[in-house]
Amino acid sequence: MGFEANKQSGSVMVVGAGIAGMQASLDLAESGYYVYLVEKSAAIGGVMSQLDKTFPTNDCAM
Amino acid sequence: MGIDGEPGNFTARIHQAPRYVDMTKCTSCGECAKVCPVSRPNEYNELLDFRKAIFKQYPQAIPGAFGITKRGTAPCKATCPAHVSIQGFVALMGDGRYDEALKLFKEDHPFPGICGRVCHHPCEGECTRAQVDQPLAVRELHRFLGDYEREKGQYYIPKIEAEKRSEKVAVIGSGPAGVTAAYELLKQGYQVTIFEKQDEPGGMMRYGIPAYRLPRDILADEIKVVQDMGADIKCGVTFGRDITLDSLKQDGYSAVFLAIGLHNGRKLGVDNEDIKGVVQGVDFLRDAAMGKKVELGREVVVIGGGNVAIDVAQTAKRLGAENVTLICLERREEMPAWEYEIVEAIEDEIKIVNSFGPRSFHLEQGRVAGIEFRSCKRVFDENGRFNPQFDDNVCESFHCDTVIVAIGQSADLDGIREQGIAISRPGGLEADSVTLQTPIDWVFAGGDAFYGPKSVVDAVACGKEAAISIHRYINGMDLREGRDKTWEFVRPDIEGEAIKERLMVECLAPQVRCGNFLEVSKGYDEEQARQEAIRCLSCGVCSECYQCVEACLAKAIDHSQVAEEKELSVGSVVLATGAKPYDPTPLSEIYLYKKNPNVLTSLEFERMLSSGGPTMGHLVRPSDHQEPKKVAWLQCIGSRDNNKCGHTYCSSVCCMYAIKDAMIAKEHAGGDLDAAIFYMDIRSFGKDYEEYYDRARNREGIRFVKARIHSVIENPENRNLILRFADENGQILDEEFDMLVLSVGLEVPAATLELADRLGVHLNKHNFIDSHPFSPLTTTRPGIFACGTFQGPKDIPSSVTEASAAAGLAGCQIAAARDTDTKVREIPEEIDISGQNPRVGVFVCNCGTNIAGVVDVPGLQEYAATLPGVVFTDNNLFTCSQDTQAKIKDKIIEHGLNRVVVASCSPKTHAPMFMETLEACGLNRYLFEMANIRNQDSWVHAYNHELATEKARDLVRMAVSRAVRLKPLHGKVIPVNKRALVVGGGVAGMNAALDLARQGFESTLVEKQAQLGGMGRKLHHTIEGADIRAYVDKLAAQVTLDEKITVLNDAEIVGFEGFQGNFKTAVRVGGQEQPQEIQHGVIIVATGAGEYTPKEYLYGEDDRVLTQIQLGDRLGEKGAAALDSVVMIQCVGSRNDERPNCSRICCQSAVKNALAIKKNSPDTQVFILYRDMRMYGLLEDYYTEARKQGVIFVRYQKDNPPAVKAADDGILVTVRDHVLQRDIEIRADILALSAGVLPSGSEEVGRKLKLNTNAEGYFLEAHVKLRPVDMGSDGVFLCGTAHGPKLISEAIVQANAAAARAVTFLSKDRIKLSAIKAEVDPDHCVKCLTCVRSCPFEVPRFNVEQGEIQIDPALCQGCGVCACVCPRQTIKLNNYEDDQITCEIETLLAGGM
Repeated sequence: MGFEANKQSGSVMVVGAGIAGMQASLDLAESGYYVYLVEKSAAIGGVMSQLDKTFPTNDCAM
Repeated sequence: MGIDGEPGNFTARIHQAPRYVDMTKCTSCGECAKVCPVSRPNEYNELLDFRKAIFKQYPQAIPGAFGITKRGTAPCKATCPAHVSIQGFVALMGDGRYDEALKLFKEDHPFPGICGRVCHHPCEGECTRAQVDQPLAVRELHRFLGDYEREKGQYYIPKIEAEKRSEKVAVIGSGPAGVTAAYELLKQGYQVTIFEKQDEPGGMMRYGIPAYRLPRDILADEIKVVQDMGADIKCGVTFGRDITLDSLKQDGYSAVFLAIGLHNGRKLGVDNEDIKGVVQGVDFLRDAAMGKKVELGREVVVIGGGNVAIDVAQTAKRLGAENVTLICLERREEMPAWEYEIVEAIEDEIKIVNSFGPRSFHLEQGRVAGIEFRSCKRVFDENGRFNPQFDDNVCESFHCDTVIVAIGQSADLDGIREQGIAISRPGGLEADSVTLQTPIDWVFAGGDAFYGPKSVVDAVACGKEAAISIHRYINGMDLREGRDKTWEFVRPDIEGEAIKERLMVECLAPQVRCGNFLEVSKGYDEEQARQEAIRCLSCGVCSECYQCVEACLAKAIDHSQVAEEKELSVGSVVLATGAKPYDPTPLSEIYLYKKNPNVLTSLEFERMLSSGGPTMGHLVRPSDHQEPKKVAWLQCIGSRDNNKCGHTYCSSVCCMYAIKDAMIAKEHAGGDLDAAIFYMDIRSFGKDYEEYYDRARNREGIRFVKARIHSVIENPENRNLILRFADENGQILDEEFDMLVLSVGLEVPAATLELADRLGVHLNKHNFIDSHPFSPLTTTRPGIFACGTFQGPKDIPSSVTEASAAAGLAGCQIAAARDTDTKVREIPEEIDISGQNPRVGVFVCNCGTNIAGVVDVPGLQEYAATLPGVVFTDNNLFTCSQDTQAKIKDKIIEHGLNRVVVASCSPKTHAPMFMETLEACGLNRYLFEMANIRNQDSWVHAYNHELATEKARDLVRMAVSRAVRLKPLHGKVIPVNKRALVVGGGVAGMNAALDLARQGFESTLVEKQAQLGGMGRKLHHTIEGADIRAYVDKLAAQVTLDEKITVLNDAEIVGFEGFQGNFKTAVRVGGQEQPQEIQHGVIIVATGAGEYTPKEYLYGEDDRVLTQIQLGDRLGEKGAAALDSVVMIQCVGSRNDERPNCSRICCQSAVKNALAIKKNSPDTQVFILYRDMRMYGLLEDYYTEARKQGVIFVRYQKDNPPAVKAADDGILVTVRDHVLQRDIEIRADILALSAGVLPSGSEEVGRKLKLNTNAEGYFLEAHVKLRPVDMGSDGVFLCGTAHGPKLISEAIVQANAAAARAVTFLSKDRIKLSAIKAEVDPDHCVKCLTCVRSCPFEVPRFNVEQGEIQIDPALCQGCGVCACVCPRQTIKLNNYEDDQITCEIETLLAGGM
């Protein structure tokens, strides 16, 4: 086991690009980590993008 | 997906599905979707409307590139030997686009009409429709295409896009294989000559297939297409006699394709076979086809069971034979002829005799007079080989005057052998099975002569392969490479597919077709063809009709993309796969979901309310599109339900979203909607959620009905829904509604369970992540973290908080590798443009046809060139594309441009990208302006091209006039102090400080008490049983020992100043006179909360009245054995007029203590008097357990709270029982009050740190949903109960999150602020303070010492309010200076030149 083998990766994989996955990715990227955001559908946004409004402010979800 | 390796060093394996659209090229213009013929239910709108197979998930989707849904190849296309895009042409036909359908068919097959009549259609055999009712009539559909072009009188001739080539190819034989090879080679640019032995082209199609099946004119016309493409067809030329390989070589042919067919018959091998009256079937058909006089008797026997035999029999009948008997070896079901042909023959009164083989001919006067047959016991042996066994004991004789033998075909090899061409053992041509190359390298062979008798479509397929080989041969390419493709198909789920019967084709009646060769089948007319076409189930989703490829001007579509397997090297993994709404279909018997269209799930209803939804936000009943007057919500569908769905947990969000949906629905309906929510408990436990519930009930008039649903029945008259339910008093009631909304819960999808299994991550019994209350986001596999609804059911703010927290934990693990994988964008040094005259470049965008289809783009470009300051103009198909960016950079440098105007779309979406392009070639990013000639012009004025062009000129003129006045600007750069200040040393504060330390950042932890730990020191166990005190001790020890954390106990904040990245806080420690000054870049507020001290229910007056915390202490010390009865009262100090919100944790405190009592002393009676039991999420299990243990729950109303009296033998509690409808009195040894939560010290800290709190004293987050741990001031973060009441595990997560958000700041050395800031001109300012009063962010300040107004650029938000209100106009907003705006107005009003 050389030093290289123990070297840490500076990247993170985030699985799922709903509101949680997107937020986690943004925070990681803003903190100096490379992010692979893996999503099975063609666009990010998850279930939240299907919501019309959000409680308790009735703000638009989009 | 799979993951190998260790934390810090994982290898993740990813399967990436193809998108079939190049994301770097797609401009999201949507032209592709307009031409796509395939519609499918739109998942985004919960299947309530349709989308195309090529689609964008939703209008605002990111990435904006379209994608194609494919489910593999459709069975029809996979099965068709020629692999015609059958689903594609069928879809186009369904859309009425016959020309496109025809063109698509002809990409792969030259004979839509021919094969539309004679194909054995293996595609129909695999058609998925057959599993529902009958297969799609694919053959009849492309026959219609053939009829269509024939009727039009104009045949579609494929365009030859390849350059014309000098090489010549000879094709021997003009049957389907030869003609198809020619057709394909012509498309490649070759010169092709077809040599035909007979007088007319077509091979077996001309001389084997009778005209009643395939009319000659249709055959001739479809072959003529190949001539029109340039093929030279030479008839009457016999290969081996008139021409040879040598002569062809001499004539300069580069390759030869032998497709000579099987034009000879096979003999029976019975004596006297050559006598008069015995003829070969192929000869008979050929003679008939040529119109030769064929000698036929009255009694005809046909020998053979294949298609040729049937054709022979039917032809003989038509030519006047009185009786035709077809005799074959095979049993009826074994006959090789196609079933529909056999049926047709029987209709033509042909007698079929099965299981007999010929034995001998009877002669009379040298001519056949009869034939004797013997019984055939079996045709094939046990190995399936042709090996007939006869029984000579069973014989039968047939009297006849003609026998036609049609038992097989053979090749006429005269003149072939002699040329050294290889012959196979069965007597055909020998060639390689894949490449069709014969041993003579430039000679290829195919068709029936190569593989034996087959159908036309097989010959077409073979001709295509031959063309590929010949092309490769001529170009010296590998003949074999990449030709091993196997065609696999998939089928859609056909469950619930409605039956649509196949449209039968009209045929000539047997008596009408008797004695003539008129075509039997009439085919479809247009109406029928379309009706049949829409029966297609779109198995492959995308039909591969390639219309999108043609429509896409950006050339972004690539149907050849394949899935990719990728390996990613990552240090940590965050699982945020989410939960999905529960599908209530299994409960449809009870709620009529999917049985009555007016029963919707909450997400379906949500889509109905959305302006982007199926009804564009118009609330109507699906059954009749009428606006509903009464809507009911049924709660807990798929949650809190052990019997029907198995999800015993509470989904935590449904009460709130139902309230929201009811409110929005009322708003849509204009107020006269009766909205009723049927519930068990309303669980509005989140921060400020109770006020939302109050508003819905008291102000919006939403009815809340506590009920148990019994059943739903449909009113057949109007499809209304009659709800039968038991109300709170147990009474059964009926009420009718127009619509029902099922408030479905959340569940982890099956795919996630598989993923978890593959990753080795354990799940709990509810399928959420298995984790410990003190590390809720840490999965059982080290290095993998979870967040969001996969962790447990929760709302958006909690999900967002968890996401930041999980990001933080993932970062803690690999902090040493921070910044090692990220890339920094290199920006070249800025070009100094001072003193230069404006040199404006204008780039006009066509946006495909989006702009160019309306606005005269070349004219606009010319016009732009005339504007003052403009030195360069250009127009681009898509200005936003990657290659255009490179082009713009080149032009900036080439022409020395110092201002850039892009006339295209919205700056909202595209300006940042263009500004980066400027920066990348040294131009200041603010020297850029956009004219929105799409959204604000071509889209809205699509029907008036002239005016739209005029408006585009105005917009460009305005943009140019502003551009010449733009100045380079530079945002202020501020350094970041890398230390954090954490205020509050409880569980949240300690966790935050520890996370920061793990990420490498120092912090000062300020605690007002002498000891770390906060509220955690007053609690014993979590409801799950985790030891809180041990945990707090461990945390405190870690914090104290950590070198990166400075703990200041007994500390008080006395002074504060500064802004993000540069704060200064004065802290007085232990009452010292001189406060310490701490410099720090961020603040984390974790000041916590405590227990409300009740004024109610004799608290403080009688020592038998305790709070839940005190009860916890009492149970810890003495247990419960001495207690006969304990009563608990919920919502003490919460949900009242003074403190309207719910304290979230008291229900679980009560249940926790109740369970502890029952465990310790099962006989002690426990009563919990409650209003709504808010055991949200997985806490519901403990509520269920408490009921099982005999804890008695009694519901009371807010306006009728329990009455409490002290007596000698206990506390007497009187409460109204809702079931009995009378007051009951309970004697209690202890009355435990579930006292609410109160923030501690927030007012003082808030004042000192200039932070806002809500009415109840909890700190306010920057945004309730999206920034739940950020505060309004930049660089300040919030966690723990200082934000609102929460459980210890939730406080830990929030601390992780606050630390993670702080790290996004601390990990940067400096912050660059936007350059768009307000500036005061102090020389002309009269200090009227208007700006100070007007700024919504309170930024402008009057500096008394310097006597001037100052606007700190670090705090200014650039909104421009001050610049507008300043009466002396001494405030300017950079990039929006007065002249930079007024010039636009002036040039607009001045008009064009």
